[in-house]
Amino acid sequence: MRLRAILRAFRVGSSRPMMNPSCMRRPELVCPAGNPAMLKAAVEQGADAVYLGFKDATNARNFNGLNFDERSLAQAIELAHAHGCRVFLALNTYPQAEGWTHWTAAVDRAASLGVDALILADLGLLAHARERHPELRLHLSVQGSATNYEALAFYHERYGIERAVLPRVLSLEQVAQVVRHSPVAVEVFGFGGLCVMVEGRCALSAYATGQSPNCHGACSPAKFVRWDETPQGLEARLNGFLIDRYAPDEPAGYPTLCKGRFAVGGHTYYAIEEPTSLNTLELLPRLIEIGVAAIKIEGRQRSAAYVAQVTRVWREAIDAAFAAPRDFSPRPQWLTALDRVSEGASHTLGAYSRPWK
Amino acid sequence: MKESRFAFPPVLSRIVSRLPQTPPAAVLAFALDRLLFPRLPLADLEALLEQPLRIEVSDLGLRLALTLTRQGFRPLPLHVAPRLTLRAAARDFLALLRREEDADTLFFQRRLVLSGDTELGLLVKNTLDAIELEIPLLSHLHSRSVSVANRQRP
Repeated sequence: MRLRAILRAFRVGSSRPMMNPSCMRRPELVCPAGNPAMLKAAVEQGADAVYLGFKDATNARNFNGLNFDERSLAQAIELAHAHGCRVFLALNTYPQAEGWTHWTAAVDRAASLGVDALILADLGLLAHARERHPELRLHLSVQGSATNYEALAFYHERYGIERAVLPRVLSLEQVAQVVRHSPVAVEVFGFGGLCVMVEGRCALSAYATGQSPNCHGACSPAKFVRWDETPQGLEARLNGFLIDRYAPDEPAGYPTLCKGRFAVGGHTYYAIEEPTSLNTLELLPRLIEIGVAAIKIEGRQRSAAYVAQVTRVWREAIDAAFAAPRDFSPRPQWLTALDRVSEGASHTLGAYSRPWK
Repeated sequence: MKESRFAFPPVLSRIVSRLPQTPPAAVLAFALDRLLFPRLPLADLEALLEQPLRIEVSDLGLRLALTLTRQGFRPLPLHVAPRLTLRAAARDFLALLRREEDADTLFFQRRLVLSGDTELGLLVKNTLDAIELEIPLLSHLHSRSVSVANRQRP
């Protein structure tokens, strides 16, 4: 019985391609930390790494009351390191000409505070970081939108990046192909909100508010958002544009233009994207087999409660999938816990699954 | 999936909503002064200072008007139009304070209603979530959500 289990673990006698288990790595679990309480929750629930940002437009979750200043970041790094958890700093918006020195100063500050890696998107910032802080580990942000291994090879050769976060637009087979040929480790999104606009290069938000998420760090800056209770229901407006109207018992969503309901050709529906959350729990054995280095959880704008709930589930799931990939199936209580905190009533495999292809 | 959630009986809300709301607002301001004010990062809360706020506990029929000043929380008369209103059932406010529930989750489920100035709302939400709260008594109130969560654990 025991021998069979061992043989099964080594896939002896399997009709599937043989795989050397020594090559298999357990993917890192990378969790969001919008504030110190979230960081603490992620560390307590077993995150391998957390990602966070400064309190300004240098990162893509630029909201009031969120993120870290120098003091809280130093404390965060100390707490995380004491528990063997690494800290990645997202500096992943695109500086405009007038903000250049502000962004490079943020790179220098992060380097001096001792973050484990910087997550960058802008080529100029990558060059700056490489030149000034050659010892600092660099990750290519999802905002860099690099979807093929030639692009990753370029970033690696030119800027020495050691990891890239893939945009949520590739099918699982495409991810496998990128990982197979990539000179750098690959991180993929496992859970949370999705973006249809080439990862934040959002013409819709920019059209409605005059501020692009890539440059200002927010899809729908709060100062442009209004919620109004009306006789027709709860209305969400972005700079005056009606983007959705919810009946009394209908679940609400984030006030983002891409996930609003619009009247098109006589029908009112989610004309661009449905507000569902990505959830790739069921793909875990395949992601491990492909060799992704890390799985990222979205949601720095959420709360410590969210981070604790989601990290707990993903820690258990990754460990279970790694220990016995062929016996793995997502436990119902995991899916229930994740669906509860999701935006929208359901979850999706996003671009990973394209049965029509 | 619909969870059964504790709520105070509607009759209570009907009675309480007809009572004067200033005494409970004064009690809330007093409690917040003792428990929350010393931990508030006032430098980050410039935008919130002197703004009329309203907290509505829907199932209790409470509508509490108050404002934050540099010296602490102050009750306000109800006729002052609020810049920001937060409304939820008593159980959900408690779950938020105890960090059992995520504010966005409650918002998606329409259990937390935010109206008025969205930017102020986000500032309040994010500031409260960033503070380590140790409120005596709160940790002894065992809400239903916890017992449900524990039962579901494998």
